[in-house]
Amino acid sequence: MALSREQVAMRVAQELQDGYYVNLGIGIPTLVANYVPDHIEVMLQSENGLLGMGQYPTKAELDADMINAGKETVTAAKGAAIFNSADSFAMIRGGHVDLTVLGAFEVDQNGSIASWMIPKKLIKGMGGAMDLVAGAKNIIVTMTHASKHGDSKLLESCSLPLTGVNCVKKIVTDLAVLEVKDGAFHLLERAPGVSVDEIISKTAGKLLVDGEIPEMVF
Amino acid sequence: MAGFDKVVSSYEAAMEGLKDGDTIIAGGFGLCGIPEGLISEIKRKKTTDLTVVSNNCGVDDFGLGLLLHDKQIKKIIASYVGENALFEQQLLSGEIDVELTPQGTLAEKMRAGGAGIPAFYTATGYGTPVAEGKDVKEFNGRPYILEESITGEFAIVKAWKADRYGNLVFRHTAMNFNPMAATAGKITVAEVEEIVEPGELEPSQIHTPGIFVNRVIKGSFEKRIERVTTRD
Repeated sequence: MALSREQVAMRVAQELQDGYYVNLGIGIPTLVANYVPDHIEVMLQSENGLLGMGQYPTKAELDADMINAGKETVTAAKGAAIFNSADSFAMIRGGHVDLTVLGAFEVDQNGSIASWMIPKKLIKGMGGAMDLVAGAKNIIVTMTHASKHGDSKLLESCSLPLTGVNCVKKIVTDLAVLEVKDGAFHLLERAPGVSVDEIISKTAGKLLVDGEIPEMVF
Repeated sequence: MAGFDKVVSSYEAAMEGLKDGDTIIAGGFGLCGIPEGLISEIKRKKTTDLTVVSNNCGVDDFGLGLLLHDKQIKKIIASYVGENALFEQQLLSGEIDVELTPQGTLAEKMRAGGAGIPAFYTATGYGTPVAEGKDVKEFNGRPYILEESITGEFAIVKAWKADRYGNLVFRHTAMNFNPMAATAGKITVAEVEEIVEPGELEPSQIHTPGIFVNRVIKGSFEKRIERVTTRD
């Protein structure tokens, strides 16, 4: 069965390593913070200028001067640092952030990503997404494997305007975990109960399936 | 004004000299850390044909969104404008021009502009619509695009504390773009919560040195929160 949003976040959380500085995008990526394994420490970076994002405040702690990049009120975790936008993007663009997790509309077999603009629909802007995909050491994309109409989001070549080129290395969808390498998607894991055939049928780009594909373990 | 004393006592004095067609660089992220009173003064002055450089454009009835009602903005350079229905209308009708700019590139355009650096190369946006028409150059085998920096006739910023000499301290994430914006204005105006005497701020804790600031005004702030999220 296809994974829920929470299960996708749980699977992404398994990719976290002790000591990682991580930037989480809006949507499913934000949920990853709820599943950080107990035995490791990660520091969450919010690109508006906060390294060490804590939990939401209590009503009593609510402070208009303390928000995250999604414009939600937050707190600072123990050991947090606050800085200006240029320093924040020096961390991101300078390759100091270990991992970025973000959503996407499409990813292609060369690791290019489209996540910010659908022509002729409302154009809201890219925010920090282009900086994040250009700068992070590792990028994990979370998205559904196919649209509601069944159209694959894993393509030979992205059809929408790009956010970045040749940058995505790993994708966690509701059906599978895939690595992007050498111009192809490599199937690493499948969601429990999801067949390799279903994944093949919903992957439009070049997909390599090597041997037995294990189910994800939670 | 005597010596280094930059305090002005009215909003009219704070924004004196702003004229039609000027470029204004504004600090703030969403509604956090925005110079509320200076924006209201620009609305009151009815200055038009403005180019506004800011990460966002407020919401319909607050922040820079207030300048959309009387169509004072000709062009906005921003990274994200998705919170504003009025903006969307004016964009679709062609009344306003938008130059969407990656957030880090925008911060760097302000920082470089204020530092006298006219342009810089960045990997951000390479191969995307942002790169169209821009020079591409390879460094160490990786392609980068040339981005031009930004300065403006005015910069408007919001700080927590200032001393009379214009040294600024920001509070929490209300800092955001404000320090970069402060460097990039020919005239930089800081609206602050509290003004103290020179010497009261610890020199090593000052975020923006007074040399970047021309005018300081004590404001009163609504500090509206865009998304109240709590855990209880």
